[in-house]
Amino acid sequence: MSWYLTLPLVIPFAAAITAYLMRRSHLGRWVSIIGSSLGLAASIALMIVVLDQGVVAGQMGNWPAPFGITLVADLLSAVMVLITAITGFAVAIYALGDITERQEELGYHALFQILLAGVTGAFLTGDLFNLYVWFEVMLIASFGLLILNGGKEQIDGGVKYVALNLISTILFLTGIGLLYGMTGTLNFADLALKVEGVENQGLLTVVAMMFMVAFGVKAAVFPLFFWLPAAYHTPSFAVSAVFAGLLTKVGVYALIRMFTMVFDHDIGFTHTVLLWVACFTMVIGVLGAAAQSDFRKILSFHIISQIGYMILGLALMTPLALMGAVFYLVHHIIVKANLFLIAGIAKRLTGGTEVYQIGGLYKSAPFLAILFLIPAFSLAGFPPLSGFWAKYIIVKATLDVEMWFVAFIALAVGLMTIYSMTKIWAEAFWKPHPKGIEPELKTLPNKAAQLIPVAGLAVLTIIIGLNPEPFVIFAERTTAQLLDPSPYIAAVLGVTP
Amino acid sequence: MNSIILIAGARLQVVLLLVFSAYMLLRGHNAPGGGFIGGLIAATGFVVYAIACGTEDARKALRFDPGSIAGAGLGIALFAGVMAVFWGDALFTGQWLFIGATEDSKGIPLSSVLIFDIGVYLVVLGAILSITFALEEAV
Repeated sequence: MSWYLTLPLVIPFAAAITAYLMRRSHLGRWVSIIGSSLGLAASIALMIVVLDQGVVAGQMGNWPAPFGITLVADLLSAVMVLITAITGFAVAIYALGDITERQEELGYHALFQILLAGVTGAFLTGDLFNLYVWFEVMLIASFGLLILNGGKEQIDGGVKYVALNLISTILFLTGIGLLYGMTGTLNFADLALKVEGVENQGLLTVVAMMFMVAFGVKAAVFPLFFWLPAAYHTPSFAVSAVFAGLLTKVGVYALIRMFTMVFDHDIGFTHTVLLWVACFTMVIGVLGAAAQSDFRKILSFHIISQIGYMILGLALMTPLALMGAVFYLVHHIIVKANLFLIAGIAKRLTGGTEVYQIGGLYKSAPFLAILFLIPAFSLAGFPPLSGFWAKYIIVKATLDVEMWFVAFIALAVGLMTIYSMTKIWAEAFWKPHPKGIEPELKTLPNKAAQLIPVAGLAVLTIIIGLNPEPFVIFAERTTAQLLDPSPYIAAVLGVTP
Repeated sequence: MNSIILIAGARLQVVLLLVFSAYMLLRGHNAPGGGFIGGLIAATGFVVYAIACGTEDARKALRFDPGSIAGAGLGIALFAGVMAVFWGDALFTGQWLFIGATEDSKGIPLSSVLIFDIGVYLVVLGAILSITFALEEAV
């Protein structure tokens, strides 16, 4: 196996161990930043290799597929690993100004790196049981991060988060057991070949639905999203940013992977369910956001509504729609993580996240206002930002298959998104602070560490927005790989085994 | 708890449990046992000691912070996995060294698998002890 497949996994683990052993000397933050930057370099290298050679696969411990654990990177995996590394790097820098010394002593940086390793592993693995293991790694690390040095509120959010995720895990494991009983394999590539030969196709659909529910909880789709708004507004901002950016997207990734490669035997049924789920998720998410007044709670509900768009892309299953889903996935991670980071800065400047009780940011911190406008408008789908292209492709795909009503919902939800963003804008930025505080960026402790990642992610949003062509072409290639898994299967199982 | 019988008994037990845990660790490759169960047994030894003599003494007897033991163990396990790269193999491929191997005997087989198991042993020992010590001290 080549180093480029393993390095994105080995580096965060090594960084986690080093940071943990150094936790009392507070050097962990630098270990975390160095680890994240090395991880970023490794995932760029992986991306270059995948772009150059197509799907690459490796067998851990030299056990041949489908018996051993396979690591495999196609374009979708590679881009998700890369975007994870970018988010991880940005948040690692941001943590300099956000994480308290007490949290560092308790091992924040180690948990953060293990979370990154878990997410990366979930994207890279080519084996269903191994995916379950990475989900567990993520769950353990994220639970630790949620309650780290927390009070009642954090424990409350954390317990809801873990309880609902455990239900998903149990379903996932049950589904794995049943699928293994039917096919005798858990390797994605091998499964893709063997599901066609399963006698009882009805039972296969049942198992497919179990996976849909299990991944649906992870992805926070309707009606399984309740853990998300209960937990995401409680931890420190760096933690919630990386959660908001990455955790639900692992669920979406798993859905895309399983429902394009393995469970495509009864698209008429499974993907119709997905279509309804997508519509409800979009609408409920955006309505939930309209009812909230806490900065992070509004954003949390928007994650849900945006997940709906990605599921919609998967549900339509046309090349254009899948391409939209991939584009959306990438755009959303950058924008959402950035908005949570900005919420953190806003809180430190104004003293709160309840938008009705803060204000004055536009007048006294105009730079932050601009930085907020970019991801917020991108999220709402304003041209020429990245969100516009993402929404445009999805809506175009629904119009192409003549689902007028679905297209109408997607557009209406976009409009509602603007409403919530306007609420944050008008309350937190435009109106004067009710207590007369003039929040200035000068007062921010460790200003550069907080503003640089925010600005960097905003620049990335603008680059995707102004120059979408290479990204669209890339998404097209990714989709082609998803719709025709034969190179993937060949890379994993070998042409001549 | 302050019972002389328990303290005297615990001292004996701790020794036996620690030796037995090392035995379990080493036999693990081909027979039931291994790093996980070995770590659990070793942790039991220190837990018995902590119940008899208090966590403060147990921490002293352990010498290292249990969290750091777990961290170091994870590092050793990772190292055992990465080691394979030096031989040009895939991650976590077992590397074997047969000391004094002849035609009909394999000599003393040493492997990176054992190093991995030692890492697991330390992770389990450290993790279990951090939890039990913290619980014991909170009560």
